[in-house]
Amino acid sequence: MRTAIILVIGAALFAALLLLGSNYAIRFATIFAMYATLALSWNFIGGLAGYPSFATAAFFGLGSYASAILQSSGIPMLMAWPIGGLFTAIFAAVIGLAILHLKGHYFAIASLALVEFLRELVNINDQLTGGGMGLNLPVAHAGVTQQALFFLAAMLAVTIVTLLAAVVVSRRKIGFALRCIQQNEDAAIMLGVNARRYKAAAFTLSALFPGVAGGIYASWVHYIDPSDVFDILLSVKPLVMVLLGGLGTLFGPVIGAAVFLVLEEAVWRSFLTVHAAVLGLLIVALVLFLPNGLMAIGRRRWRASQA
Amino acid sequence: MIYLQVLANGVVLGGLYAAIAVGFSLVWGVLNIINMLHGSFIVLGAYVAFFAYGLFGLHPFLAAPIAGAILFAIGYSLQSTVINRVIRAPVLMTLTLTFGLDLLLNNAMLLAFKADYRKVVLDPPLGSMFFGPIVLPLDRVAVMALALLLTYGLYRLLRDSKMGRAIISVRMDREAAALMGVDVMRMQAITFGIGAFMAGAAGSLLSIIYPISPLNSMTFLGKAFVVCVIGGLGSVGGAIVGGIALGLIESFAALWFGPEYTVPLSFALLVAFLAVRPTGLLGRRGYE
Repeated sequence: MRTAIILVIGAALFAALLLLGSNYAIRFATIFAMYATLALSWNFIGGLAGYPSFATAAFFGLGSYASAILQSSGIPMLMAWPIGGLFTAIFAAVIGLAILHLKGHYFAIASLALVEFLRELVNINDQLTGGGMGLNLPVAHAGVTQQALFFLAAMLAVTIVTLLAAVVVSRRKIGFALRCIQQNEDAAIMLGVNARRYKAAAFTLSALFPGVAGGIYASWVHYIDPSDVFDILLSVKPLVMVLLGGLGTLFGPVIGAAVFLVLEEAVWRSFLTVHAAVLGLLIVALVLFLPNGLMAIGRRRWRASQA
Repeated sequence: MIYLQVLANGVVLGGLYAAIAVGFSLVWGVLNIINMLHGSFIVLGAYVAFFAYGLFGLHPFLAAPIAGAILFAIGYSLQSTVINRVIRAPVLMTLTLTFGLDLLLNNAMLLAFKADYRKVVLDPPLGSMFFGPIVLPLDRVAVMALALLLTYGLYRLLRDSKMGRAIISVRMDREAAALMGVDVMRMQAITFGIGAFMAGAAGSLLSIIYPISPLNSMTFLGKAFVVCVIGGLGSVGGAIVGGIALGLIESFAALWFGPEYTVPLSFALLVAFLAVRPTGLLGRRGYE
């Protein structure tokens, strides 16, 4: 109920923001949709299954490069995005076979290494990817505001699909199985949960949507380079958002993304040279004082007022 | 003949990599923390050497213990005030925490030292040494030797001193160690401090070889990851074996495929090792 209220208020604010209609507001909303997509996606593997994945940047970057390369070989943009996402999902499914049997620290390191590996691979295959020079994407012939609105709509569509997927997963058997795996994987296996299959599904889902979002991002900004789309911060920010909003919850990632984005925007504006440090400080404070997220404060108050 | 030269280069490079990784391995093995600060610690150690040389003419080899001591103080206080609070939390929390701390430290270094690449240029330079047809730059050989000496010192410390035994007991069984009267929290702070000491000293030594910039910290951290996974976690031997293995692999990969392939290959190898043999070449061992 409380979540529903927050969501309604959030949606109203969001609509108000768009009605303001400035290009800044549209850009802000597009980034919000992107962050919410990444956070919701990470929640499949990191929140539900409890596997500390740092691979989000790998999927985002892979999706953006796949889609950019497809477009440069003549595939239309609207087809390149989903194909890029599918390619990323297949990549995750295959890599998942190799690393999903790892636990804890080893899984974290392996997923971090994926980001570095793909970035370097893109860097050296410069004939295909442009290497460190980056890739330019075709610029559509349309007005600035129209384009901005178009990409916002595309990004929001992905966010909504991701949210729907999250709802479906959490209601079906797979959501239950993933929560069992998160609590005690051995016990889950003993009870007949096919842990391997569900983990692979969660990992694949956590790659599919960031892959599509990466493709849209690439078309939106018209230019990508390896250090931009394979930025390790793209792995860390989504999980910080989920931590803010509440691990393994349904709408927590969306709320976390909104809170994070507002904080980030405020920090970027006022402390440009120390924004990394402020982000670091935020992370440290979050881990130390709010490991269960912002909603936990509310819940504590709520309970106190009920008692 | 070229193979002998590449082999020698690889071993020397491996010695440097072992120095980069040994503190990281200690912290991971004993505290169960993936210390994302490690790369920045190395860079900070290199800056200490850079300024000590520039301001006082102190040789980087002599600055190494000073850099180590400064980093020990930083590491000790970080662990005792911040990291100890969440030490038993899942890896997601501890890794994210050290990542946040690294953002802070790295940003501070960027502000203080700027992103320019600097280097300690020794005057006079150390030159090269010749073994028949093999040529080795003397600075690298000296750094490797000193780094191995330092690593051996750590090994003896862990094996022979009362403090070292206490650290190992924490690694083996935290509860049992506490019951035997070991001050676990303090030992954890000391361990993190020692890890930072090794990073600072290594950074100081490496300052005469690699350019120094806050932007380099991720490179060092990446090497530490690969070395630890290849060699096997939690032992001095693992860091040395992993370091030399990585040094050899990179040198031969550079010869056969070209130098641009060394980094992606090493990360592919990391993932492959984790998939097939996550305990590394030596297996998971203690410092028994």
